[in-house]
Amino acid sequence: MIHTIAVLLENKPGALTRITSMFARRGYNIESLAVGPTERHDVSRITLRVDCAEQPLEQIEKQMHKLVNVLRVTELVPGDSIERELALLRVSAQPSVRAELMALGEVFGARVVDLGPDAIVFELTGPPEDVDSFEELVRPHGLQELVRTGRIGLNRPSRSTTKRPKPHVLV
Amino acid sequence: MSDKTKRRMNGADAVLRSLEAEGVDMVFGLPGGAILPTYDAFARGTTVRHVLARHEQGAGHMAEGYARASGRVGVAIATSGPGATNLVTPIADAWMDSTPLVCITGQVRSNLIGTDAFQECDITGITIPIVKHSWLVQDVEEIPATIKAAFHVASTGRCGPVLVDIPRDIQEAELDFSYPDDVSLPGWKPPRRGHPRQTAAAAQAVAAAERPILYVGGGVLNAHATDELLRLAETARLPVVTTLMAKSAFPETHELHMGWPGMHGPKWSNWALNKADLIVAVGSRFDDRVTGKVSAFAPGATVVHLDIDAAEIGKIRRADVPVVGPLKPVLADLATQLATVAVPGKTEPWLRQIAEWREQFPLRYGETQPGDLLKPQPVFEMLQELTASRDDIVWTTGVGQHQMWAMQYLLCDRPRTFITSGGLGTMGYGVPAAIGAKAARPDATVVCIDGDGCFQMTQQELATSVLENLPIVVVIVNNGYLGMVRQWQDMFFEERFSQIHLTHSLPDYAKLAEAYGALGFTAETESEVQAALEEALASGRTAVVDARVDPREHCFPMIPAGAAALDLVEYEDVKDEVTTL
Repeated sequence: MIHTIAVLLENKPGALTRITSMFARRGYNIESLAVGPTERHDVSRITLRVDCAEQPLEQIEKQMHKLVNVLRVTELVPGDSIERELALLRVSAQPSVRAELMALGEVFGARVVDLGPDAIVFELTGPPEDVDSFEELVRPHGLQELVRTGRIGLNRPSRSTTKRPKPHVLV
Repeated sequence: MSDKTKRRMNGADAVLRSLEAEGVDMVFGLPGGAILPTYDAFARGTTVRHVLARHEQGAGHMAEGYARASGRVGVAIATSGPGATNLVTPIADAWMDSTPLVCITGQVRSNLIGTDAFQECDITGITIPIVKHSWLVQDVEEIPATIKAAFHVASTGRCGPVLVDIPRDIQEAELDFSYPDDVSLPGWKPPRRGHPRQTAAAAQAVAAAERPILYVGGGVLNAHATDELLRLAETARLPVVTTLMAKSAFPETHELHMGWPGMHGPKWSNWALNKADLIVAVGSRFDDRVTGKVSAFAPGATVVHLDIDAAEIGKIRRADVPVVGPLKPVLADLATQLATVAVPGKTEPWLRQIAEWREQFPLRYGETQPGDLLKPQPVFEMLQELTASRDDIVWTTGVGQHQMWAMQYLLCDRPRTFITSGGLGTMGYGVPAAIGAKAARPDATVVCIDGDGCFQMTQQELATSVLENLPIVVVIVNNGYLGMVRQWQDMFFEERFSQIHLTHSLPDYAKLAEAYGALGFTAETESEVQAALEEALASGRTAVVDARVDPREHCFPMIPAGAAALDLVEYEDVKDEVTTL
């Protein structure tokens, strides 16, 4: 099962390497990883996805928590969290199919950020599943290039009082 | 920062003033280009004694030996590049055995970092998987706080190694020095106490068990909790097995000590652990060398797991009652609670059962036939006999057969008197670790039990031992082979011996010892070994006893790798095979 983990860490040199090195050393495969600044200048946030069972997940969280730069590890439980991803897609688009592609983009709320004689670049932000769907739909038209940021997420304040089955919150 | 008077000095002096402030009395190292300013600070004066090793690996193992013998943090210093990479093995060793170690390395000047400069290497990068934390100091002002943090991280929570890498220009730059009183590490919060509810649950589980056992690991020594362990075992009359890393954590002549579990543990110890209905794991980690095949390990046992490291809980074996916290208060609480809830006499039948197994399955080995070389085991029996009445002996070992025999035959009653490389299995650990132990315990007689293969990996540190006046006795259990490899090739590779023959006599270890200004003895018979050991132990000097033994002797019992602990292989008569000696 794929889990999404949010990690708050000190914004120090090498902090990200320590985390990714721990994953490599213990044989866990990172599916995606997004890192960026937070509301605090000295704290970064990593959202990472890992495919593993419950027991290894618990190990991963505990091992991460032992790293000196790691401040907090939280699992983002589907349904109780908001997850988003940004994708840029460059799709082959001869003038004859442009309108069809742009209509498709509209359905997903994808913006056309560039338009060339034979290709369109779409920007799509949304739940990662929507990005997956859009990717599959445009693929038959000729998906020339694709880049995704990897997902980021936050727990929903509206559900913060709900008792979750196993939130895996470690201070 | 405290408001202590600030003093103007350079970064190198700040390193030494910081070490002094940490109460460090001894460091082990070897200078080189990028650490020169710090060595200049040594020359200008410090209360810290520097022991000059012959190889940085030796310095690292000395610092480990010092830490293990004293219970304090060991410190090793090296230069950049190869000096730093030579510390990698001791750092990995300290990581696996949770030994508190602070390594300080010089780095090339800040403006040269990343340019592939002379003797540059990314030692903080190289060591990431084997340190608790590391720092590349980028500003001279950071030195005091960084060293403070380094000692704090190394010695709190689960102990382990840290590394501080200091570029040469940072050592030369000036700062107004004052040593901080506190550390600022928002992400480092080791548990300070166990949860009382969990401890109570653990006490209930122990009280309810018919066949409980304490499975003790090295964490007890790191936690300085040997007194509490003894009180717990005696309060509830619990049998105790100690892992290799916990050897000496519980008095081994005590009636409740039931030996050492694992690959070369006695059969009765393994049976006691595997037939228990309750295992209380105390600072131990269900290492594969202890459990054998995990699915077949103590299948009927409920597990109470006490550890300061939450990540050890459930890592290998599910814990029914986990207690995460420092072992000293946790064990004390558990003993206090058991004093009321334990049923007196309840464990007596179980203790009698283990005693019966002990009678039934003693350690055995073959008799020396006329014309044969001496068996190795009698060397250990002699050592045990010679030292049994002494309370000043500290043992260190290398890694291999001799290490396992040392575990089986040498009985340690006092904490921190058996110092060995467990997790990493570092050959060459014994000699430098002994020097470090002697530095920590000048009153002790430190004896390194070594193999001939191990000895040749770090023998140059005999010079350190002699010149630094840190005398040790080295007993080389010399079978002329990489003995444990030989045993595996014999047992599991159809006797195809491959690249293991070192020979008994090259080098001539006694002459080598003499070349270093140490005493050297060559001994081939029981009486020669006895005489050499007596003289070496009484000499007060660095001495090497080359005890030449039969390479055909295997170390038994043995749980073959991946086999169930209950399926251990016991001693059988040594096969009459043709061997080139």
